[in-house]
Amino acid sequence: MTTTTAPGSMGTTPSPEPAPVRRRGDEGRIGIRANLRHIGALSRRNALQIKQDPESMMDALLMPIIFTLLFVYVFGGAIGGGTDGGRDEYTNYLLPGMMAMMGMNIAMAVGTGMNEDFRKGVMDRFRSMPIARSSVLIAKVVVEIGRMLITIMVLLAVGFIVGLDIEGRWLGLLAAIGLTTVFGASLVWIFMLLGLTMRTAQAVQGISFVVLMPLQFGSSIFVPTQTMPGWLEAFTDVNPLTHVANASRGLMMGEGAVAVPALWTVVWSVGLTAVMAPVAIAKFRRKT
Amino acid sequence: MTRENATGRGLNAVEVRGLVKHFGETKAVDGIDLDVREGTVMGVLGPNGAGKTTLVRMLSTLLVPDAGTATVAGYDIVRQPRQLRRTIGLTGQYASVDEKLSGRENLYMIGRLLDLPRARARQRADELLERFSLTETAKRAAGKYSGGMRRRLDLAASMIGRPSVLFLDEPTTGLDPRTRNEVWAEVHNIVADGNTVLLTTQYMEEAEQLARELTVIDRGKIVAEGRVPELKAKVGGRTLEIRPVEQGDLAPMAEALSERGLDGVGGATPDERTGIVTVPILSDEQLTAVVGLLAARGFPIADITTHLPSLDEVFLAITGQKATHQDEYSHEEAAA
Repeated sequence: MTTTTAPGSMGTTPSPEPAPVRRRGDEGRIGIRANLRHIGALSRRNALQIKQDPESMMDALLMPIIFTLLFVYVFGGAIGGGTDGGRDEYTNYLLPGMMAMMGMNIAMAVGTGMNEDFRKGVMDRFRSMPIARSSVLIAKVVVEIGRMLITIMVLLAVGFIVGLDIEGRWLGLLAAIGLTTVFGASLVWIFMLLGLTMRTAQAVQGISFVVLMPLQFGSSIFVPTQTMPGWLEAFTDVNPLTHVANASRGLMMGEGAVAVPALWTVVWSVGLTAVMAPVAIAKFRRKT
Repeated sequence: MTRENATGRGLNAVEVRGLVKHFGETKAVDGIDLDVREGTVMGVLGPNGAGKTTLVRMLSTLLVPDAGTATVAGYDIVRQPRQLRRTIGLTGQYASVDEKLSGRENLYMIGRLLDLPRARARQRADELLERFSLTETAKRAAGKYSGGMRRRLDLAASMIGRPSVLFLDEPTTGLDPRTRNEVWAEVHNIVADGNTVLLTTQYMEEAEQLARELTVIDRGKIVAEGRVPELKAKVGGRTLEIRPVEQGDLAPMAEALSERGLDGVGGATPDERTGIVTVPILSDEQLTAVVGLLAARGFPIADITTHLPSLDEVFLAITGQKATHQDEYSHEEAAA
């Protein structure tokens, strides 16, 4: 019964034994600093994955270029003609709203990627390690915010090339980017939850698309809502994308009110995050 | 068997009492008791779908049991999961490393998640890469590793936190024999360092190579337990296969072995089709006796080999029923 010596003790490499991993109190609580360190390590992992697989950035880089060119040159003349300002006027109208659209599209892609990521064995390792399970999800949000910022930069670069003119409202631009990103981050939680709930990546994509289209087009992103029928206008008025677009437009173009749509954007962002993040984390915790 | 150790608290690194996990109708784990003494290797042997993976997933806090209790390193798997996670290492059936990250980045990440300072995490990663012979491929993405390299990286990742209990869930399933030997060598080293290991396997040979004590489970229940030689004795030890030079010697040879009534040796069976006489034996002495007898009678022998009982034979002997096979039961593990 006393078999403490293991077989095959030969061939032991005399590895130098450094200090053991730091142990915290027996409570098992994970402090804030440790949590930040874990989120950092996991964010680094997500960023390295992008580096290893640069194709995964393609959509983030190409989407703003294609959509800007499409809307400005295909629809711009016609729509701009209606608002008696021509294509240049429409460019200035469109670009601030497109930032919100980009945020939403990036967030949507998380859902599908998530679904695949969670099928991998490495998730078992994370879940069997002494880290808060939420840090895996938060790290995902951190990297998606980075991806969103890159997309917005590309969008603005293309925008300036095709004639966007913010007349020196750089602070306003920064504030608009900030608002859009905060809102985009709250959307990441929704799609993350979707990715955790649905069985396949295809299903996530299907659902996302159905949700995305009416939200994007039933908003003030592409056209002013005044020409829409009353029932639709009622929808666009409560659509958070309308608020984000209007806030950015106010901040970057100096047109329209800023305070009300900005406030609504913050309310939506905080509300969505407060509801979706805990649900997603609980879902992830229970996932086997 | 191991029950005797249950009283000395602190002696057992793993204590399992009446653990149950059902997936719908399927009783994946159906009341298991198990003790693993500190610094020993416990092999959990069973066919695909026996509940091995479910058991390991419960012990490593990935699954919550439906009933029963278990402690690992003194921590309750349900009430103290956070403390428990600090003391364990887990190498799953599917390589639990990030395939897009390089070997070094994988280990560095684990080090950081275990709260090592940056420099220390880098140093520890390099040490383990060296120890598991992965230094040359340290910068390559783990997804491009061969199967054996990936398992070694997986083992290295599990060792970063110096776990006091290591769970190895089928560490060599799907590997070719040469690669399997590489992984075994690493497991031997880990064990030699005094770690407690709970290893699951479908292979008798692997259990014998790595573990002193075995628990055989089937359909979520323990069907046999004990030290390897004891179990082997139960199963009937090894089978000796003798090929005479002359096909005509088959029957006389079998007759000679049977009539001689060697102690403990079961009847010898000649097989005309394969040209082999098979003799079940329990010990090396019996092997010597058989060979001695054949030499004394002057039978010319072309070939003589022994083989271990297969898992199927173990089950046949222990439970009196055929081992369940992959297709029948594998859905429950897939669900797990």
